[in-house]
Amino acid sequence: MNLIVNGERQFLEAATLAELLAALEYEGEWLATAVNGDLVHREDRADASLKEGDRIEILSPMQGG
Amino acid sequence: MLKLYDAELSSRLLLGTARYPSPAVLSEAVNRSGAGIVTVSLRRETSGGKTGGAFFELIRKLGVRILPNTAGCHSASEAELTAKMAREVFGTNWIKLEVIGHHDSLQPDVFELVEAARILTDEGFAVFPYTTDDLVVGERLLAAGCRVLMPWCAPIGSAAGPRNPSALVAMRAAFPEIPLIVDAGLGRPSHAATVMELGYDAVLLNTAVAGAGDPSAMAQAFAGAIDAGRLAYLSGMLEPRDMAVPSTPVIGKAVFS
Repeated sequence: MNLIVNGERQFLEAATLAELLAALEYEGEWLATAVNGDLVHREDRADASLKEGDRIEILSPMQGG
Repeated sequence: MLKLYDAELSSRLLLGTARYPSPAVLSEAVNRSGAGIVTVSLRRETSGGKTGGAFFELIRKLGVRILPNTAGCHSASEAELTAKMAREVFGTNWIKLEVIGHHDSLQPDVFELVEAARILTDEGFAVFPYTTDDLVVGERLLAAGCRVLMPWCAPIGSAAGPRNPSALVAMRAAFPEIPLIVDAGLGRPSHAATVMELGYDAVLLNTAVAGAGDPSAMAQAFAGAIDAGRLAYLSGMLEPRDMAVPSTPVIGKAVFS
């Protein structure tokens, strides 16, 4: 299905957010995720179902002022 | 000691982690500055988490407190989500709240800022708001639950130094019990010493250190200036006069003619 991942349209088969992260080879305890503007906690990713057109943000630590 | 929310800190320097020539230089600058707090950010991860992971590891090794920011946010709702994601990643309820209102000056949008401060305080965050030197906005931020105020003294990254010292003095007088941190606009150690002499509790630096020819040496120079300014503030400085006042006593002076 079509998903918007970090602003880019991608065609992926992933039933949940956890499956999406695995499919894109994201790993690490320092990742933060949101779906359609709502935070999805680390422990809830396996239960977070995805649907056509969902907007997913995957963030990680960066330098900042 | 500087008390910020639940923390007591011996250093009055907060240091940003952006724009250094290399991770090694960043580490050296933090160590040499003696800073007890560093600011960090969150950005979209594009390489499977590896970039952010390496940076996070470096920061954790520094052994300092982490103050995540909401840089780049332009609305209260964006800032709220970013703050919650930062709490998830960094495991702290501290948040440097930035809500930008103008692209060129990076001036805060104080209306969205106050709204975001209220929301995040209600969510259990300890909010460090990047604000202007406006007293009414300061009052609103305190009413929203902030226990620290971080006014700019000039635009972010400008290195211009205190553009309106009178406003900074007024802010110090208006909020005598609130920790005030000058965030943004400092370029030189003398700028930092100046705001510390005005009674500010700390300064937050990034570009002035990271962009210096020798960042770690500059970090140490700022640390010295901050300590000097603080000590001077506590020591009772003289007010300037228009006319000379002889420093050598006149009494007992010989008369030769």
